Amino acid sequence: MTIADILQETATAISANKARSGLTILGIVIGISSVIAMVAIGAGAQGSIEARIESIGSNLVMVQPGFQRGVGMQVSSGRGAARTLTQEDADSIMQEITLAKAVAPELSGRYQVTAKGKNTNTSVVGATAAYPEVRNIEIDQGSFITDQNLRSLSKVAVLGPTARDDLFGEDANPVGQVIRIKNIEFKVIGVTKAKGGSGFGSQDDMIFIPLISAQRFLAGDNYVSTISVQASDSESMSAIQQQITDLLLARHRISDSTLADFSILNQADIIATASSITDTFTLLLASIAAISLLVGGIGIMNMMLTTVTERTREIGLRKAIGAKRRDINSQFLTEAIALTFIGGLVGIILGWLIAWGMTYFGVLQTKVSLSSIFLAFGVAAAIGIIFGYYPARRAASLNPIEALRYE
Amino acid sequence: MIDVKDVIKTYQTGDTQLQVLKGVSFKIEDGEFAAIMGPSGSGKSTLMHILGALDTPSSGTYLLDNKDMSKLSDDDLADIRRDKIGFVFQSFNLLPRATVLRNVMLPLIYAGVSENERKKLAEAALTAAGLDKEHWHHLSNQLSGGQIQRCAIARALVNNPSLILADEPTGNLDSKTGEIVLDTFQKLNQEHGCTIILITHEHDVAEHARRVIFIKDGQIVSNTKSDVHPELVEGSRG
Ligand SMILES: Nc1ncnc2c1ncn2[C@@H]1O[C@H](COP(=O)(O)OP(=O)(O)O)[C@@H](O)[C@H]1O
Ligand SMILES: [Mg+2]
Repeated sequence: MTIADILQETATAISANKARSGLTILGIVIGISSVIAMVAIGAGAQGSIEARIESIGSNLVMVQPGFQRGVGMQVSSGRGAARTLTQEDADSIMQEITLAKAVAPELSGRYQVTAKGKNTNTSVVGATAAYPEVRNIEIDQGSFITDQNLRSLSKVAVLGPTARDDLFGEDANPVGQVIRIKNIEFKVIGVTKAKGGSGFGSQDDMIFIPLISAQRFLAGDNYVSTISVQASDSESMSAIQQQITDLLLARHRISDSTLADFSILNQADIIATASSITDTFTLLLASIAAISLLVGGIGIMNMMLTTVTERTREIGLRKAIGAKRRDINSQFLTEAIALTFIGGLVGIILGWLIAWGMTYFGVLQTKVSLSSIFLAFGVAAAIGIIFGYYPARRAASLNPIEALRYE
Repeated sequence: MIDVKDVIKTYQTGDTQLQVLKGVSFKIEDGEFAAIMGPSGSGKSTLMHILGALDTPSSGTYLLDNKDMSKLSDDDLADIRRDKIGFVFQSFNLLPRATVLRNVMLPLIYAGVSENERKKLAEAALTAAGLDKEHWHHLSNQLSGGQIQRCAIARALVNNPSLILADEPTGNLDSKTGEIVLDTFQKLNQEHGCTIILITHEHDVAEHARRVIFIKDGQIVSNTKSDVHPELVEGSRG
């Protein structure tokens, strides 16, 4: 029996039993595509959460008013936050924490903002000149707030791209125009670059004004809502965290650190916590995928085993007319391989398409991993080949009459 | 030449042993046309499977062309079946969902015949078996009883065997169709010198044969040979 004959027999066998072939292939496709898609979604979610966290700056230690809270807290606290951090606290951190590369205190709150009849409700951040460096923000048009603006209590504003779009229309140049925050006029001096994302960590829908102006004109006091301290490297972060804790406890005259009226978030901790969450999430998806693979595998097994009777008769017949055991084995092995490879290929393409579609339609930036392809394909191929080939191999060892009489 | 000596075949079903052939001995020369007769359940098919190298005796010897079939390996038996024997099963055993032509070409695949040659030989066999050309591309499970029978005969002929075994080839056919099928066997016997052994219930079928072996309850009751049969002469006219 030549290889061409084997391939031809395989092709005819697969196309002659469309239901059986189709269901077997379907099992493989479901198993493989779900594993690939799920793992890609898990990896994508993990990547996107880490990217968000890193987009707020690097090596950050964030000091916030209020009591020690969990990590899930909003980084930019709203108006409701406790007022325990003052401008003086920020100043003393700037002076005394020498390990810090940069310190950026801020005061944020939501206000009604209008410009030329359009209005929006957005987050207004009182910031200092160090803010862009610490919080990873770049300027697109004009310039950011300068020390001069702070000293002179200027009423100037830098818009985030989303705020700019809402107030002046998409891609307009608002520099030099005037906006009103809480009915006070501010002159626009710049627009920041888009960073993408929304909600947690997004700095696109924000308006920046000089910190002192925010305290004076909007809040009417001298508190700050966050002090972002940037360490020069990740190793010094915990030392900085400790120094700030000691400094603020002393300033606030608190002896028991568990009663601290501020909280310090270390970006490394945020990332670690988020990773443990996304790891759990990935594990969940992987379990679902594993179950799909198992179900697909059982489908393949079922198909292969329910047709054993018919196939055993066929093997008996083939042997009766002169097929050797080797002919039968190679024919059925080829058939099992062909089915798993067709299913595997379709499954890989489908899984990849699902992952690609989620990226394309902006649901999630997915990442298809090569190892998931190999794993899924390996498991499905093993099941398909073992259960396609093993019964045939057994049947091929029967004598033709036993095989023909098989029930 | 077929030489069967003291062949016993025992089947084991659960705890009970069933002796189907109880010491059968006979010889059939090359080029003979023989019929095996006997009531149903007497062991005819079992004997036929042994003669066709599809099954092996539990004890006793079966020599085909002086080769002891019980001493051959599985693969050697496959070679014998492929090269020497054409078998028409009682239950046809065609490949379902495959065309008539593909069914008939199947033995040639294992004989290593090229694809073009396979097609030619299969068409010749189908013509010899008397199946109309219009049915050649039909699926085997879409044929009538007589057509299936002829397809099965064509498959038995296609590898040009020296021994053709047919298990009740006319059992399901009306007498006219049965007659045509028998003529086919007779022609093969006379023109190609094939040894033909067929199982039958019907006495008039047996009259085509020169040797009639009668089996009952796993034992040979009679084994008679007539030299020239009148019907043989008549059948050879066509
Ligand atoms: N593989 C088998 N296992 C058990 N019993 C069998 C087997 N093959 C045949 N038999 C039994 O052997 C007896 C003879 O069967 P068979 O040779 O087919 O008879 P016939 O063809 O003369 O009608 C029957 O009783 C049948 O049930
Ligand atoms: Mg029978």
